Amino acid sequence: MPLALAAMVGIMCERTGIVNIGIEGTLLLTSFVAFYAAIATKSILIGFCIAMATGVAMSLLLALMSVTWKMDQIIAGTILNILATGLTSFFYIQGNMLPNMFKQKPIPGLSNIPFFGDVLFKHGVLMYLGFVVILTLYFALFHTSWGLRSRAVGEHPSAADTAGVSVTKLRYINVAVAGAIGGLCGSYLVLELVGSWNRGFTAGKGFTALALMIFGRWNPLGALAAAMFFGLSQAGANQLMIDGTVNIPPQFVGILPYVMVLIVLAISAGKVRPPAAEGQPYEKGQG
Amino acid sequence: MSALLEVTGVTKRYPGVVANDNISLTVNAGEVVALLGENGAGKSTLLKAVFGLVKPDSGEIKIGGTPIVFGDTAGVIARGVGMVHQHFQLVPVMTVTENIILGGEPKRGLFINKKAARDEILALSKRYGLEVDPDAVIEDLPVGMQQRVEILKALRKDVKLLILDEPTAVLTPQEIDELLEVIRNLAKSGVGIVLITHKLHEVMAVADRVVVLRGGKLVGATSPKETDEAGLAQMMVGRSVVLQVNRTEAKRGAVVLEVKGLQVLDDRKLLMVKGVDLSLHSGEILGVAGVEGNGQRELVEAICGMRNRESGEVLLKGVPTKNLNPHAVHEAGISHVPEDREKHGLISTYSIADNLILNQFDQAPFAKGWIRDLSAIAQNAVDTVAKFDIRTPSAFNTASSLSGGNKQKVVVARELSEDLPVLIAAQPTRGVDVGSIEFIHNQLIAARDKGAAVMLVSAELDEILSLSDRIAVMSGGKIVAVLDSEGADRNYIGRLMAGLKE
Repeated sequence: MPLALAAMVGIMCERTGIVNIGIEGTLLLTSFVAFYAAIATKSILIGFCIAMATGVAMSLLLALMSVTWKMDQIIAGTILNILATGLTSFFYIQGNMLPNMFKQKPIPGLSNIPFFGDVLFKHGVLMYLGFVVILTLYFALFHTSWGLRSRAVGEHPSAADTAGVSVTKLRYINVAVAGAIGGLCGSYLVLELVGSWNRGFTAGKGFTALALMIFGRWNPLGALAAAMFFGLSQAGANQLMIDGTVNIPPQFVGILPYVMVLIVLAISAGKVRPPAAEGQPYEKGQG
Repeated sequence: MSALLEVTGVTKRYPGVVANDNISLTVNAGEVVALLGENGAGKSTLLKAVFGLVKPDSGEIKIGGTPIVFGDTAGVIARGVGMVHQHFQLVPVMTVTENIILGGEPKRGLFINKKAARDEILALSKRYGLEVDPDAVIEDLPVGMQQRVEILKALRKDVKLLILDEPTAVLTPQEIDELLEVIRNLAKSGVGIVLITHKLHEVMAVADRVVVLRGGKLVGATSPKETDEAGLAQMMVGRSVVLQVNRTEAKRGAVVLEVKGLQVLDDRKLLMVKGVDLSLHSGEILGVAGVEGNGQRELVEAICGMRNRESGEVLLKGVPTKNLNPHAVHEAGISHVPEDREKHGLISTYSIADNLILNQFDQAPFAKGWIRDLSAIAQNAVDTVAKFDIRTPSAFNTASSLSGGNKQKVVVARELSEDLPVLIAAQPTRGVDVGSIEFIHNQLIAARDKGAAVMLVSAELDEILSLSDRIAVMSGGKIVAVLDSEGADRNYIGRLMAGLKE
């Protein structure tokens, strides 16, 4: 489920034409900040807020590099990743404990539904917030002016510009909001799901999220479904390992979900179509 | 009452060029002003300045009496200025409705009111007699229809001033007539219109006044009543231009290129060329007329080795050319001026000199073994730039620095440099100014007179009519008629192009 949320970061950016391969770095740094801020202030809520702010700050850096400086967006994203790895490794101190965590708050009634109750309604606050973000993003993207304009900017920025929609402004806003979602996701990982932080904490989740975003065709609900598919195959792989029914090294079983995503992506690759203006800086008055 | 648009003394310099030099003009309500000028004369810069997209170094632009602010495109639009761009500003994956409402969406609460939007589009299209399907997706529509959407998009905002940038470049003669009618009606209803075009007869047909730019300067203001097409052309180019191509009788020789039962798929894997038979003789120009998107592109690409053939064959001097690659096709004796010069004709980051030898870079005199002979390349470049009058400070500037017409001259110069038996020229004068058109036309005729078999594919019926010895009309992926150009009837061909029988 954190993968679905991380994929929203990608969708927010790419729908307006900004490639964000820095999701991994955003998750890593925001989870790190959430962890230590919560310890320092003895408040997980403050930790969460500071993580969101950090996410926004990283996003603004990405926007500055790719929108204003018109840098190559792959390089800009890579910078975020390296920055996050560097900062977190440098400041990492072993052996700290969180004051507390966001607890599971099953929703009365709904959580008793078999299967779905467990999957959807037995979580902490941050996860519920995540679901709200995903649904809101879906409706916003396809049913509001903001969504129409964002998609137009991602597909054909000069068309949006000539219609009086500010490409730069919208890209900044959307990338910033994406950063906040990244902060939410990072906080969720550390403050609600795991409860501790170590080096390389996010373990490539940001990159997996990018793949799920493509698999879900840049549609929030699609990415959610893709994340569920991925989660299921991961659960299946775990089951295989626990059962010990197959006599293969656990490392290979662990690869399984990734291989499946790879296969699905390879099959669907020819058919999916990314936002047309993705990765291209917009030059006012050209074309 | 103040004028709709008032431009006073606008100057804009770019490094090395003055794009606009002290330009002043006014447009009043209800009049059609044609803005003429060669490529690079400064029309686009001026328009961008009007929209606040480009900041003039000096001068002032007023709309309805109040000056505009740089960067405030939304403000300009809000004051009733609409523009139909040469390159359509439509999002291809969105519907007609979505494209039209973009930037001013009707809302219900937080959401877009899709029904209201749709109803509004229907009412709008009815009011101006421009029929569209509000739910169609743009990329599925023919260009004429897309343009309608562009015009509706502008009209929706209650435009007082409508700027049309080369609106007829991609339309059929019938569509052009319809468009000109729309322009007249809009002007009658009080809209001021600025029409930018290279087609002088359109200017003569609809404009009330004509303003001519040359080299960034305003060189003349006149009206169709005071001048004629030749006069306008002279003002644009600064010398007299022969609009009618001087074409002598063709000395038609043997069949050089033969196309038999050719079938080709397009990018969407749909059958686009549905069995074409053609024969091309030496010493003639065969014009292929047709509305774009009727298989001409695929036909040309299949002949030139850029696209695989489904079935049928292409014989060059009786020898079948299989699915060869473009290089092998060129070796076999077919030169090709591609339709999209930016994509297939030039490598824009290479120098003009290198672009001029792209087809012979590995052959003498431009290469000795596998080492390039830079002095031979340079000599060729300097000679060609002079001979083809390619306007550039140096032959070693990148191709991207050239204007459209000069880029095209580079491509034509390269393709004609070897006197190959077959020349296939696709849309050779698209987006090219009058002076360069004249030049390119003469080059095509000269190639013919040297005995080359020339196939000219063009969406411009006038170009086909003035150059061709024979005319093949293509519609729906088939050659629907082959006519002698002598005494060919414009309207009849137009109807054939539109797919009408008789």
